[in-house]
Amino acid sequence: MTQPDLLIERFQQKDEKAFAEIHARYSESLFGVIHAVLHDTELSEEVLQDTFVKIWKNANAYNPSKGRFFTWILNIARNGAIDKTRSKAFKNSKQNQSASYFVDILEEQSNFTSQMDAIGIKKYIAMLEPVCKKVIDLLFFKGYTQKEASEKLEMPLGTIKTRNRICIKKLREVLDIK
Amino acid sequence: MIDIKKYIDSGVLELYVFGNISEAESREVSSLVAEHPEILKEVERIEEAMIRLSSAATPSLPKSFDHIFKYIQGDTPVIPLSRKDDTAISRKHTPWKTYLQIAAAALLIGTIGFQLSNNQKLKNQLVDSQEKQILLETQTGIAEERLAETNLLLERISDKNIIRVPLAAQTVDPEAYASVFWDDAKDKAYVDVSGLPQPPAGKVYQVWSLTFEPLTPTSLGIIDGYNSDGAQIFEFDNPNASQAFGITLEPEGGSESPTMEQLYTLGVVAP
Repeated sequence: MTQPDLLIERFQQKDEKAFAEIHARYSESLFGVIHAVLHDTELSEEVLQDTFVKIWKNANAYNPSKGRFFTWILNIARNGAIDKTRSKAFKNSKQNQSASYFVDILEEQSNFTSQMDAIGIKKYIAMLEPVCKKVIDLLFFKGYTQKEASEKLEMPLGTIKTRNRICIKKLREVLDIK
Repeated sequence: MIDIKKYIDSGVLELYVFGNISEAESREVSSLVAEHPEILKEVERIEEAMIRLSSAATPSLPKSFDHIFKYIQGDTPVIPLSRKDDTAISRKHTPWKTYLQIAAAALLIGTIGFQLSNNQKLKNQLVDSQEKQILLETQTGIAEERLAETNLLLERISDKNIIRVPLAAQTVDPEAYASVFWDDAKDKAYVDVSGLPQPPAGKVYQVWSLTFEPLTPTSLGIIDGYNSDGAQIFEFDNPNASQAFGITLEPEGGSESPTMEQLYTLGVVAP
């Protein structure tokens, strides 16, 4: 997916229309990430809203030479969700017990909200190795570093990166991303 | 020149998109992305895969942008969105609603003001406590220093080579007393003046070493910084073959020779 550089530039100049477009483009993805951490729709909605407010307020903090725009907003969303796990509201919510990985959520979901990928993602999950589920969950959805993931999964540090690449390659094949 | 295929296969680009690498590493990848279209293409594919995967995990459709819009308004400078229904909304307002809003706003401002002043009070208290703590720490530090000094002096004067010379009171002040601890080997004399009264303004005590036949006084120095609560033992160099020590009261700055009328204490070194 090409990064919408012009749109991002306008957004950084505090153009509200550009920001609305950015919201349309990325909100589902960020909502999915936040929900994978919190497993609670209501709390996730709160965090998603905070995330976009933060993105707006810190618009100038994004620097293309540091990385992708998506990575920048992903970090804000993930950190917001992780912060929320320390809140009383999260500790009181019962829903966080049932599912531990994003795939559990995807498997539980009978009708996908994001219709375009429903079949593809289901197919992907069906063929995904258990270790891939864990690696993607920790590295992408929870933002672990390689070292943290290797400790958690008791896998050698050097294999995490390549293992993750193999898992993502499979996803790309299923989604037919060329 | 880097091996692009090997670089891509290393899996670093996935971590770059996920944001799991350090800022420095990320900058490095960014510059390679800018240089090599193949790497950029790969990054874009990874990003697309991740956006689609996470979008599939969304529990419901996110709330509309309007929901966020109201939180970001008032952030200047902005290029406003045209909202056609703005005027319609404002016309619907009934006066009592406006009054209620004003009242609510006033209440809010009041509350904020109260919180701010409370906050300021707490901050002041904190600064106060911090100042007190610093003061206490300083006092403790001074006390510790003094203790260390005293211990050092005690150690020195309890040395077995020390010659202790008690200085007895003279006619000027029958209550006065002092002691000299003379370390002959190191040519040092420690004078304990805790038994002397506070010198009057403009006057200082001066310590003398005396040799007899003929009586020759040699000044060891004046007791500078006499403080009845503070240090009471003063250190002097004494290379003389002293036979006695005396302390006189002299005008500020000391004298060439002792003023015998103001002799406070005197003691002879035991042969």
